[in-house]
Amino acid sequence: MTAPLLETRNLSKQFIVGSRFSSLGLRVVHAVDNVSLKIMPGETVGLVGESGCGKSTLGRCITRLYDITAGELYFEGVDISDKSMRQMRPLRRRMQMVFQDPYASLNPRRRVRDLIAEPLRVHLNLGETEVRERVSKLLDVVGLSPDHMERFPHEFSGGQRQRIGIARAIALEPSLIVADEPVSALDVSVQAQIVNLLADLQERLSLTYVFIAHDLSVVRQISTRIAVMYLGSIVELGLARDIFARPSHPYTQALISAVPQPDLKRAGERKRIILTGDVPSPIDPPQGCRFHPRCIYATDKCRKERPILLPLPNGRTVACHYPLNGTV
Amino acid sequence: MSDAVASIRTSRGPWATALRRLSRDKAAMACLAIFCLIVVLSLLAPAYASFANTDPFRSSLDATVEINGVEVPVMEESTEGLALGYTPIGPTWQLGNYFLGADNQGRDVMARLLYGGLNSLLISGAATIITMVLATAIGLTAGFFGGMTDTILSRILDVLWAFPVYLLAISLSIVLIAQGIDLGIIVVEAGSLWLPIFIIAIVYIPYIARPIRGQVLALRRSEFVLAAIGLGVPEHRILLRDILPNVSTTLIVFTPLMLAINMLTESALSFLSIGVQPPDASWGTIIQDGQGLLYTRPMVALAPGLAIALTVLVLNILGDGVRDALDPRSKIKLGGD
Repeated sequence: MTAPLLETRNLSKQFIVGSRFSSLGLRVVHAVDNVSLKIMPGETVGLVGESGCGKSTLGRCITRLYDITAGELYFEGVDISDKSMRQMRPLRRRMQMVFQDPYASLNPRRRVRDLIAEPLRVHLNLGETEVRERVSKLLDVVGLSPDHMERFPHEFSGGQRQRIGIARAIALEPSLIVADEPVSALDVSVQAQIVNLLADLQERLSLTYVFIAHDLSVVRQISTRIAVMYLGSIVELGLARDIFARPSHPYTQALISAVPQPDLKRAGERKRIILTGDVPSPIDPPQGCRFHPRCIYATDKCRKERPILLPLPNGRTVACHYPLNGTV
Repeated sequence: MSDAVASIRTSRGPWATALRRLSRDKAAMACLAIFCLIVVLSLLAPAYASFANTDPFRSSLDATVEINGVEVPVMEESTEGLALGYTPIGPTWQLGNYFLGADNQGRDVMARLLYGGLNSLLISGAATIITMVLATAIGLTAGFFGGMTDTILSRILDVLWAFPVYLLAISLSIVLIAQGIDLGIIVVEAGSLWLPIFIIAIVYIPYIARPIRGQVLALRRSEFVLAAIGLGVPEHRILLRDILPNVSTTLIVFTPLMLAINMLTESALSFLSIGVQPPDASWGTIIQDGQGLLYTRPMVALAPGLAIALTVLVLNILGDGVRDALDPRSKIKLGGD
C-alpha cells in the first residue's frame, strides 16, 4: 500500500471569539473537531457539508494557512503540524490552494503576468524571459490566451479569473491542490468548464485534489472519495459512487436527497428528506451525537453517547450508532 | 470559447486610468495650475529680491524709495493718531519697488512674501513627506503583524492623538525652538527650519497612520493576501507587492489635504513665534509683523493671509479631485453632481 500524501490525525481547530470584557466573555468555536483523514496520491477527496460545517477551515488547516489547535498533520510523510509560517514556505511549492472567490483572491492592482509569475519568482531563480515563457505556457494550459498577460483581473469574467487562479496554483507543479469551493461563485454553465479543466489537469500533472464544495452534484463528478462533514467533524467517508448509491449516515442521506433529480421519470422515486431546525452553534455543540437534534432516527443513546468514526463491512467509515444500509 | 479570442493589447493600469480621469476634472486642473504658479513664484523669491535690489532679511529704517521721480523715505513719520513713531510706506503697486509696501522694519513686503511662501511650502512639504513615510511604516507594521507590535504602536499613536494638535505642537515648539535637539546622532540647531518640520510631521502622524492601519488590517484578511501566503511569498514581499499598492491610493488622496493642513499649522506656529524664527520669513511671521500695522498698513497682514487662504483652498479642491479620480465610487457617496 502506498503512503498517504497527506494525513491528518485528530486534527482540531478552535477559534477564540468574543471579548474578555463582554458579558459572554471569551468563547471557543470548535470549527474543526478531531478530523482524521488520509489522502492518497492521485485521488480526489470531496469535502462536503453545509455552510459553516468547517470544511473551508479544514482546507486552510491542511495547507497551514491556519495554525492547528490540536492533532497532527503529515504531508509527504513529514510532520508539518508545528511548522512556522516561515518553515512552511519551501513546502508550499508542493501544496497549493485555489480559492472560492476569484474576485477577491486576485490582487486587483497587479497584472495577470505578475499574478501568475509570483510563485515562480518567489520559489525559482529564473530569468525574466523564462518567467514570461512559463506564464504564457500556463495561460495556454488553463485555456486562456498568452495575450491576456498584460491585463488586470477586473477585465475578466469569473470563470476566466478562476482559470488565472488555477494557473497560479499549478505554476510550481505541486502534488496537492486544495480547491476551496472553486466553482460555487461561478455560473452553472461555467462550473462544468472549470471542473473539466481541473479533471484534465489532474490527469496531465498527476495532481491530488482536496475538493471542497457544498454542491453535491459537482463533487460527485470529480471525486474518488467523499468526506461528509457536519459541525466540524467527518460523519461519513467512502467512495463517491457508493455514498451516492447508498448513504449510511442519516445526514448524508438528507444531503443527497436534496440534489435535484434531472430525470423526471425517476423524480418520484426518491423521497426528499427535509431537515428541521438549524445547524447547532459550534460554540456550544450538542451532547452526544452532534446530529441528533435534527436526526429522524435519533434515540436516547444518540442523545447521550457520541458515536465515533468506525468502518462498516461495506468499506464505508461512518460516525453513527445506527448506520443505514449496514451494521456496526 | 470566448476565452481564446483575444486582441493583443496592454491594458491601462489603475494609475493611468486615475490620471486620465483627473486630467478631465477642470476644477482640479485649474487648482493644480494655481498651486504650481504659487510654487514657481516662491521659487523666484531670490530673483525678485535681486531685481528689487532689496535685502528682505535686514531692517532698513532709513532707506528711501523713488516714487514717480520723488524720493520718499520708507519709514514716514506718523501723522495719524498720536503722531508718534513711524509708519512704513504703503503699497506702491510698482513691481520691484515696494510693490506691497514695507513692514515695520522697512523691509519689502513683496520680497518677504515670496521668501515666506518658499519657507511655508518647504516646511509643509517636508513635513508632509515625513508624516507620510513614518505613518505608512507604522500603519503597515501595526496592521500587518498585529499582536504585541500592533498594541504598542497603536497605544503610542493614541497618546499622540490624545493631545489637541496645537497644544502638542506649541508645547513641543516652546521646548525645542529655544534649545534645538541634541540626541547625540541627530543635532538640530535652535532656529533651524527642521524644527517646525519635525514638530508638524510628528503631530499629524496618527491622523494618517490610523486609517492606514485599519486598511492594512482589512487587507491582511483579504483572500489575495491569504493566497500569497499560500503561494509561499515572504512577508516583506506581501507587504510591498500586495498591501502597499492597495493603500497607496489613500496615501495619495491624503497628500494634498495634508499639505494644506500643514501649511495652516506652520502659519499658526510661526504667527505665535514658535515656528520660523526671525529674520527668516514665513507667511505666519509676516502676518504677525503686520498685526501692529493692521489699521495703517493692512496689506502687510492681508497679503500673506490671502496667500495662505488661496493655497489651502486650491489644495483642498485638488485633493477632492484626486480622491474622485482614484475612487469614483466616492462620488456616489457624496450624492454628487
